[in-house]
Amino acid sequence: MQNSIVDIEKQALESIEKATNSEQLEQFSIKYLGRKGLLTKFLRNISSLPEDERPSAGKNANILKIKLEKAVKEALTKFSTDDDRQFKGIDVTLPGRVARRGSCHPITQVAKEISDIFLRLGFDIAEGPEVETDYYNFEALNIPKYHPARDMQDTFYVSENIVLRTHTSPSQPRAMEKTQPPLRIIAPGKVFRCDSDITHTPMFYQIEGLMVDKNISFGDLKGILATFVHQFFDAQTSLRFRPSFFPFTEPSAEVDIRCVMCKGKGCRICSKTGWLEVLGSGMVHPAVFENVGYDTKKYTGFAFGIGIERMAMLKYGIDDIRKFYENDVRFLGQF
Amino acid sequence: MKVSLSWLKEYISVDLEPSVMAEKLTMAGLEVDAVEERYDYLNKIVVAKVADVKKHPNADKLSVCLVDVGADEPVQIVCGAPNVKKGMYVPCALPGAVLPGDIKIKKGKLRGEISCGMLCSAAELRLSADASGIMDLDFEDGFAAGIPLEDALKISDTVFEIDLTPNRPDCLSYIGVAREVGAFTEPNQRVRLPDYSLPEDKIGETSIHDFAKVEILDPDLCPRYSAGLLFDVKIKPSPFWLQERLESIGLTPINNVVDITNFVMMETGQPLHAFNFDEVAKSKIIVRRAGDDTDFKTLDSKDHKLESNMLLICDGKRPVGLAGVMGGENSEITDSTTRVLVESAYFNPVSIRKTAKKTGIASDASHRFERGADPKGTVNALSRAIALMAQLCDATIARDLIDEYPNKAVPRQIDLNTESLNRRLGTDLSDDAICQILKSVEFDVEKTGDAHLKVEVPSFRVDVARPEDLSEEVARLWGYNNIQTSYPLVPAKGRLLDQMIVLREKIRLLMTGFSFFEIINYNFINENSCDRLNLSETDERRFVETILNPISDQMSVLRSSLIPGLLETMKKNISQQADTLKLFEIGKVFFTTKNGSLPEEREMVAGLITGNRSDQSWYSKKIKVDFFDLKGVIEGFLKGLMIADVTFEKIENGDYPYYEDGYWAIVKSGDTILGSLGKINGKSLKNYGLKQDAFIFDFNLKAILNKMPDTLTAQSLPRFPSISRDITIIVDRSISVGAIQEQIETISKKQSLIEKTFLFDAFEGQPLAEGKKSLSFRVIYRSATKTLKEKNIKKLHANISRSIVDFFHADLPNLQEPR
Repeated sequence: MQNSIVDIEKQALESIEKATNSEQLEQFSIKYLGRKGLLTKFLRNISSLPEDERPSAGKNANILKIKLEKAVKEALTKFSTDDDRQFKGIDVTLPGRVARRGSCHPITQVAKEISDIFLRLGFDIAEGPEVETDYYNFEALNIPKYHPARDMQDTFYVSENIVLRTHTSPSQPRAMEKTQPPLRIIAPGKVFRCDSDITHTPMFYQIEGLMVDKNISFGDLKGILATFVHQFFDAQTSLRFRPSFFPFTEPSAEVDIRCVMCKGKGCRICSKTGWLEVLGSGMVHPAVFENVGYDTKKYTGFAFGIGIERMAMLKYGIDDIRKFYENDVRFLGQF
Repeated sequence: MKVSLSWLKEYISVDLEPSVMAEKLTMAGLEVDAVEERYDYLNKIVVAKVADVKKHPNADKLSVCLVDVGADEPVQIVCGAPNVKKGMYVPCALPGAVLPGDIKIKKGKLRGEISCGMLCSAAELRLSADASGIMDLDFEDGFAAGIPLEDALKISDTVFEIDLTPNRPDCLSYIGVAREVGAFTEPNQRVRLPDYSLPEDKIGETSIHDFAKVEILDPDLCPRYSAGLLFDVKIKPSPFWLQERLESIGLTPINNVVDITNFVMMETGQPLHAFNFDEVAKSKIIVRRAGDDTDFKTLDSKDHKLESNMLLICDGKRPVGLAGVMGGENSEITDSTTRVLVESAYFNPVSIRKTAKKTGIASDASHRFERGADPKGTVNALSRAIALMAQLCDATIARDLIDEYPNKAVPRQIDLNTESLNRRLGTDLSDDAICQILKSVEFDVEKTGDAHLKVEVPSFRVDVARPEDLSEEVARLWGYNNIQTSYPLVPAKGRLLDQMIVLREKIRLLMTGFSFFEIINYNFINENSCDRLNLSETDERRFVETILNPISDQMSVLRSSLIPGLLETMKKNISQQADTLKLFEIGKVFFTTKNGSLPEEREMVAGLITGNRSDQSWYSKKIKVDFFDLKGVIEGFLKGLMIADVTFEKIENGDYPYYEDGYWAIVKSGDTILGSLGKINGKSLKNYGLKQDAFIFDFNLKAILNKMPDTLTAQSLPRFPSISRDITIIVDRSISVGAIQEQIETISKKQSLIEKTFLFDAFEGQPLAEGKKSLSFRVIYRSATKTLKEKNIKKLHANISRSIVDFFHADLPNLQEPR
């Protein structure tokens, strides 16, 4: 009997070797492993063996059975086509059960990204009301009534002395009234101007920045803003500082970056100049310090204001600012 | 401000490429918005030679010409000019050219003869006033035809559009811009000023003082008033050069007197006004406030209401001008004017701005006066204008000028500490370098000691009053980009973020995790929003702040609720075929405080779901969202914020008229109302033009914040396994799950072995009787000290079941003891 196991093994392995298609293997399986197959018969007949041989015979037969099954399976893979295999298990191309995701508004995302850059530089976040007094929105910032600089911002009025803030700059005097220098704050938030077209929405977002201490210089302003631009865009983005005018800073500077679209060659986005205006800044005007009771002899500081939509538009290549406030989920879902 | 380069060169020598010039102006603070080549329109105009001239067969006054335009064959052009003749060089506009006045040249037929272009007069090309015939270019024979006229005549001009900031009225003039250019050309140059002297031969015998008198009744608003007088003025069109100057910057020539006032204003920055002196009653100019005068007609024939404190220029009887803003129709220059009084004054900027704002007039004069003119510049500008009028209007000048100057401008002197200037800028400039920079734009500078300069500000620089202003002058002229970049050294001291900021972040994280999109709506909403939500007359959300100057009715009040914005966003998206939505918004709502102070700003988070819980797919059918989809989100949301003791309650309250009766709840933590959620009722949906169900939540951030735990302590995990047992009861439909749950909890509070209970099945309908429902609760038992056995809880569970059954008069599903 022992011999016959060895014989079965030898024959079987040869047959597997010789098989040239899966049909032959199928027949082989029936011949050896099937219900009436040789090996099955052998196992069934074990009871006819002497008692002391039975365990080892059974064991060997089972080992062989596993061995042959494995060999058949391996041989089968040789002949089976891709089509054959697909039907085993599951159709993995069937779409998964949907797990939807939501997302934050792109303005929120960009505002956070900008805030995080300044938080890493040690700035704190200060916030202020969205509806402001004329005093904080204008007068404390050295913009008296009937000053032509008021034309720079079309103001929404709630009453003669209450306005929707036209910039986040009121956060400056509000923060300074509460805290003595040194002071490092940013103030993100909504601002409002009476203007509506492809490049203006009546509501938009700014981030104000303010840093006050002894010996803060225009060079420091350049350093902080260059750091910001390099982190937000990329370290290769060149920037330039251009003289401008804000009543609450002196000197005042607009910051331009090399156009992110054309890399300075000149395109539609940068009006062929190669530069994009991205933010306003300057050294805090002494009149602003006087209004909050800071010692102008002792302290200097800088301030800046960043338009968040502008940053988001440049970052994501959005050409119409109104898209942000249409809240079309096909738009929101992209971020 | 438009600046023509060829005009600018009258005052400064400059030889820079237009693009370099634009860059330099921009970097000096005079931002160039656009650079235009003025003669671009001459592009398609070429030099042509008339090869042959024939009479037009069908028109006496026309000629048919064969013209060499540099092409292989001469072209035929029909010409109406009397002076056209064979061999003449003329400008020829080819098809495709556009002449000034937007005249487009096309190939066509004139009275049956083909004409492939147009031979032009100098006037048609705006090269001179000569319109008598086609322009005779008078080139030598043999000059090549076909060359662009722009090149052949060597004419070019660049016009810079400068976007001036309001602090620089001094640059609202050619002399001002030239001064800036002089500071950046190497070496620095001084402006070549025009001749301010009066031509002796044009000055008459009689003095102005014998004819006219100026009286300033309000020296605060009119510190200076200069005037000159001309006789025998002949009003006619200005000579071509003057017209051309004005046109180069977009001004329309009117007549010689008016053109000269405009020209001198552009040149010097000093606004001038010319009166018809014959209309000046009693030959007297009185500068005073309007007082009782109430109406005035300006020279553009518009009527204006006056306010008593507006500054007027009056004659002996009546107002003749809105001071510094616009003259009156009653005294304007007409074709028959012969005596002209020219005004050159300095007015208080605020007064001019108020008048200009109130009357809605924005003139070139008011633009300059409200920013600040040069108080010392009145007489020079006046002299310049009078000299030009004498020359161009054949007029005689009355001897002497009037110069009433009751309120003399005091020169501003600044003590400049150059050390603090360098510290402010982060520069290391020497005193000499600073001196030189300031002198280049005409500041008077004197060294008064080590690191100290005494600087006198020129009268035209109204923007400079303190040392910091000088630091800007130095910085911009030294070059912002030449200032070394540095990094501030500051104490490494930080503060905690405001809790509200942290809360917003958490909410965003949670809501986006629940697959909601964040939206941002405008703070302004439609004034009828409260009506659309059916809010009662006494609802606090009716106390909205109204915007006095809204963009439209749709955006005329500040929102007192986020709900209108959510419903409008839903509407917009559904119109784009996106009908399954999960949206949330974090933002402020506003309530008027009535006493004239700032409105109350309250921060809210609100959201909306609509459409399908799951779309049709291989694993599920399309199922619509319902109240419990939203409730689940809110439960998860509040749990995520660690808010304890949350209950959902049905209440009777008129504050939520936009929810459907019976399908909404307020959400509380303890006794505090955090917000509400519910199904929007049909009426409100209809008001927003919506047809599908919407579920909304609306929470107050401050209330949430107050209920958030300050600290969180981790609980140790149980060591022993739990046993669960179920209770199924049949009760009246009106009995709420919450009430039963609460009852079970009341019992479990006394029983330390009960860990928690929850509903796991609810059923209504057959075979249950009408008005009944079956509810199944699972009770989890656990001991902290041992593994529980059936016998430990058997009696306890039976007691709980019985007490629930008794309390709610419930039935059991069968008569046996519950499992």
